[in-house]
Amino acid sequence: MHVHDYEKLWLGASLLLIVGFISTIVYGAVGAGVVMVNDEGGQVNPSELGNTTGFDDPGVTKVGPGEYEVHIVAMQFAFRPGTVELPANSTVTFYVTSRDVVHGFQVVGTNANTMVIPGEVSKLTVEFDDPGEYGIVCHEYCGSGHHGMASELLVKEPSNFTMQDDTQTQTGGNGTTNATATATGGESA
Amino acid sequence: MLPDNSFLIQYPHVSRVVRSLFLTAFVAFGVGALMGLFQALHRTNVLRLFDSTDYYTLLTLHGVLLAIVFTIFFLAGVFAWANTRSLDRPPVSKPFTWFWVAAMSLGTTMAGVSILGGLIPASDISADVLFTFYAPLQAHPLFYIGLALFIVGTWLAGIDWFRQFLAWRSENPGERIPLQSFMVLTTMLMWFIATMGVAVEVVVFLIPWSLGLMPAPNPLLTRTLFWFFGHPVVYFWLMPAYLLWYTVLPKISGGRLFSDPLARVVFVLFLLLSTPVGIHHQYVDPGIAEGFKFIAMTNTMFLLLPSLLTAFTVVASIEHGARQRGGTGYFGWLKALPWRDPAFTGMALAGLMFAAGGFSGMVNAGMNINYLVHNTIWVPGHFHLTVGTAVALTFMAGSYWLVPRITGRELYSRPIGLFQVVLWFIGMVFMSAAMHRGGLAGIPRRTAEPQYSQIAFETVAGSVGNLRLQMAFGGVLLFVSALLFLVNVGLTAMNNKPARGLDAALPPALSGPEQSPTILDNLKLWALIAVVLVILAYSLPLYSIVQGAGLYPAGHEASPAVIAPLLEVIA
Repeated sequence: MHVHDYEKLWLGASLLLIVGFISTIVYGAVGAGVVMVNDEGGQVNPSELGNTTGFDDPGVTKVGPGEYEVHIVAMQFAFRPGTVELPANSTVTFYVTSRDVVHGFQVVGTNANTMVIPGEVSKLTVEFDDPGEYGIVCHEYCGSGHHGMASELLVKEPSNFTMQDDTQTQTGGNGTTNATATATGGESA
Repeated sequence: MLPDNSFLIQYPHVSRVVRSLFLTAFVAFGVGALMGLFQALHRTNVLRLFDSTDYYTLLTLHGVLLAIVFTIFFLAGVFAWANTRSLDRPPVSKPFTWFWVAAMSLGTTMAGVSILGGLIPASDISADVLFTFYAPLQAHPLFYIGLALFIVGTWLAGIDWFRQFLAWRSENPGERIPLQSFMVLTTMLMWFIATMGVAVEVVVFLIPWSLGLMPAPNPLLTRTLFWFFGHPVVYFWLMPAYLLWYTVLPKISGGRLFSDPLARVVFVLFLLLSTPVGIHHQYVDPGIAEGFKFIAMTNTMFLLLPSLLTAFTVVASIEHGARQRGGTGYFGWLKALPWRDPAFTGMALAGLMFAAGGFSGMVNAGMNINYLVHNTIWVPGHFHLTVGTAVALTFMAGSYWLVPRITGRELYSRPIGLFQVVLWFIGMVFMSAAMHRGGLAGIPRRTAEPQYSQIAFETVAGSVGNLRLQMAFGGVLLFVSALLFLVNVGLTAMNNKPARGLDAALPPALSGPEQSPTILDNLKLWALIAVVLVILAYSLPLYSIVQGAGLYPAGHEASPAVIAPLLEVIA
């Protein structure tokens, strides 16, 4: 097959570019430790969330020094809880699920971002280094009131932070806090 | 009088088929563009003619009319023309051709009516499910049945073109498949494979569910089946644009295609790689293991290859054309190109925009960078460059060249055409750049409201208000451009001046098909490999999704449920 010399050169450069792109992603996963949302969260019955541990009383739970779990239920057209408060310098694992249709969950201005699918639990771990106020939006069309679906995330100075419900201090958690690397890689939210 | 070797004189019947397909495409384009204008003004808070809750009905109409109806009807016309022209023989059966045109049209009408029903609250009919129609958001059964009928229509069209090819093959044993026909056939093979996902989703799950006969299906499963089709469909839009770039653009530039073998390789690569990548739309979906996402990512990156090869071949062909016209120098040849011809300038600008869209697509494809932009307005910013410009602007520019060939009428106005394609380019620069920047600031896509009360979106440069004005301004320019196009084509169809220079022949490639191995023309082999790749990429993820929550998991309900009213009607 006849291939012009310039074409061969271009083909080689193209393949190099493609392999280069794939390498950056592999580096992101292995070097910078960016973990994809995956199937670790498991499944739930969306009609039985009231009887499902964690989602029956959604909110923040402390599971270790500087480590928190946050359960969030998405529904047409709100997140529950409406406001999440966390201390800075914390590693936070979100468990998000939906009671009705497919929603989205994004902490605006960060790369904490996941789809929320009824029956499935999205699990993502994020580091919050500095205090700040973030918006959370539903970024997947979920019905005619979709544009009203948003909530707040307040990251406070550790000295100003008190658990809203301080009865829940577990240690170790349920085996979820150790292996997950930050979804934010080098630049934390 | 038209010359005897013009397409219209040789194939008056196929010309009539193409005209009818184009007519539907252009009506859909006009209505879809109007919806686009409403959205651009509404979500930027410049002018609000509708309630925000109705925004999504308009958005569904915009997405379905432009991404499904305009693109697919137009490409069916291009393929009917290209297959006939390059095989130099008509389709086998006239009634069969009209049958698939009718199936596609009826399906479109059904889906369109069910979407419009959303604006009439008393109708009980609605389909506010956007272009991404997976469960549990539910549309009226009319929407899904119309969709199924439309897809079946496209399959029959493919069968029609294959029968035409087989008839040619029996008369021309041992000959290389003519290039345009090769492109049509490989694209349709890809489409047959890709639509399996949406056919199963719609026929097995969504139709029985919307009729109240079966329970709600696993949402993640319908989502995965949707994206099985939802990504390759973009190549179904793009391949006819490539066909025009490879075969028509060199002729308009005054030259010849650089390499026929490489063009075939490109189309074979698209057949192989278009489908096993759909999971890259689900990088942040729960319930799918990271490994499957990684496989989809590598396939996606290799899918860049045929587009990068296309960039080379198309630019090399244009340069050859320019040098035939007397162009010289490293870049001086650019001046020798027919920039006053709207067909040329439109396609050239579309190609330029596709390069930009390709790079923003690489960001989406980058599995972990995607976290930053997933479902933000960056994404519509990206696909308005690809389908909204590379495809749509090529179709408009191609129309200026093709419509005179199937009507026999001279293009009404070249200056208006030239102004129109440039205006589209400028409008898209404004709108798309603002959308990309807004996406980096975290502004979500597909929302009726310009901002959320408690959230400050922080842009890298410029204010959010500034970005909104750019989006609205770009949207207005695009609408004006669309209007000018429709007026120009409409007046062409009514023009009494006969078209000139309609020789149907296209110049042969500089490197002809005889320089490539005949295995390239073995369509059965490539189709088989494509199916194997799809099975490799999808069997395990689908298995694990069904293992996870099952086919019909407990506790899921439709939203909004339209089952009850329909059952009342039947009873």
